[in-house]
Amino acid sequence: MVMVVPFVWSLITSIRPDEEIFLLPIQWLPSSVTMDHYRKAFETVPFGLYFWNSFYLAFMGVLFNLLLGSLSGYAFAKLHFPGRDTLFKILLAALMIPGVVTLIPQFFVLKHMPFLGGNDWSGAGGNGLLNSFWAIILPGASGSFAVFFMRQFFVSLPSDLQEVSRIEGSGEFRIYWNIYIPLAKPALATLGIFTFQAGWNSFLGPLIMLNDPAKKTIQLGLAAFAYNKQVDFGPLMAGALIAVVPILILFLLLQKYFVQGIAFTGTKG
Amino acid sequence: MASITKLSRHQARMGYFFITPTLLLFVIFTVIPVIMAFYLSFTNYDIVSKNDFVGLDNYKRLVDDNIFWTTLKNVLYYSVLYIPLNIAISLSLAVLFMRKRIGVKLFRTAGYLPTLTSGVAAATVWIWLLNPEFGLVNDILSKFGIAGPSWLAEMPYAMISIVFVTLWQSVGANMVIYLAGLNGVPEHLYESAKLDGANGWQSFRYITWPALRPTTFFVSTMAIIGALQLFDQAFVLTKGGPANSTKTTVYHIYTQGFGQLQMGYADAMAFALSLIILVFSLVNMKLNKEEDAMI
Repeated sequence: MVMVVPFVWSLITSIRPDEEIFLLPIQWLPSSVTMDHYRKAFETVPFGLYFWNSFYLAFMGVLFNLLLGSLSGYAFAKLHFPGRDTLFKILLAALMIPGVVTLIPQFFVLKHMPFLGGNDWSGAGGNGLLNSFWAIILPGASGSFAVFFMRQFFVSLPSDLQEVSRIEGSGEFRIYWNIYIPLAKPALATLGIFTFQAGWNSFLGPLIMLNDPAKKTIQLGLAAFAYNKQVDFGPLMAGALIAVVPILILFLLLQKYFVQGIAFTGTKG
Repeated sequence: MASITKLSRHQARMGYFFITPTLLLFVIFTVIPVIMAFYLSFTNYDIVSKNDFVGLDNYKRLVDDNIFWTTLKNVLYYSVLYIPLNIAISLSLAVLFMRKRIGVKLFRTAGYLPTLTSGVAAATVWIWLLNPEFGLVNDILSKFGIAGPSWLAEMPYAMISIVFVTLWQSVGANMVIYLAGLNGVPEHLYESAKLDGANGWQSFRYITWPALRPTTFFVSTMAIIGALQLFDQAFVLTKGGPANSTKTTVYHIYTQGFGQLQMGYADAMAFALSLIILVFSLVNMKLNKEEDAMI
């Protein structure tokens, strides 16, 4: 009950007429249903644009993490090369570094990317990658978590397939792509949800790296909405619900993988 | 023999090739920033003009910064409330839902629902629920004859509200992790305990709790790391008020770094905070080990 009521209540608030929101004593059911608040949410802030920006960022995050995470995870699990285990341990240790330590220097690094965003070769002059979606996509493109997660999965798959294909003369990339990737679908689905959720819900990163109003994400829009203590709660609740819907749909579609994935690694994203 | 070394050389080359993009990104966005953060914490870097080496000035300033100490006190107070409650609630829920009853699946999904929402969306919804006049929480309390406070604007309640909202958001995820852990406890242990006449509490105390130690270790470590870095909810729910009573350290770092552009000083604080996180994680590790030895 406690878990669900807040959602139900915000749903009710979002569809009831304005004059009933501030009626005392509180009434449970609205006397009539209106979509006004949803319309207003999209009119007062460019919610559609924010929605699209968030979707794009989360989607790119998923794409990069699945590709790069599975490539490195596969290499760390199934290929032998000098220094492999040391490199993996260093990558893993990075999971322990709190985000706020790298926050400010990441800002510095992104601002001073050579040749980009009006910068010269020494990284001076322009804004580098700041205010570009790449400022969010690249730092998160191949997280330690993605590599770790995919490695754990590939380790659990047998190596026989690899041996056989090698004898048949397949290259390493073909073995990875044609044999192991199809087997890794459940793990990829789980990692995909984790990554999408993290990207869609992220707040502090976009708050710092994206100042261009046209590049704001839905979480930034929602927070800006909530600042103002004089807000209309109707549109605000409508906005909050809109911000939850994509994740909810994704979760319901892939619920089976999701719970399995958590059970499988014993971790959350 | 020659073909084998050729094969392994090929394999090694492909291995390096596969991890190159990840390593490149890792060096640019993690290794370099960490080294840089360390250097910047000894400078007065402000993005615009200054970038001089100032030695230990930032760290000295930190010692005298009352707000920094207040934020630390706030996050510690938050952690002391949040972490034990988080473990107690998510573990009880997991134990409760472990018994296979009708509707359990529905409850699990419902419990997981808040975890899917962002800190911002959850905080937004709770601003409305905690509204002193028109909010649902005080309305329900008034049915029991209790006049609820102005949750987000009064001194002790603002932080309690944040603890409550973050708990609401996180116990679902930890419940699922505990459920996974419970699945790994062998059933026969409970059966033999029952034969020996152990009651429910005893079998929990002597079988479930020790068996779940690794899970508890994982959950508590993540909770410590997360709690000490609290930002989103405090930012949206209370803006750090009233009177800085819910201002968190990351919030302070954010305002100093990106509001006042005192990046060097903000980095010094970030380092101090990570040191504290490290210490707490180590203490947590130690506590878990010592309890192991006791049994």
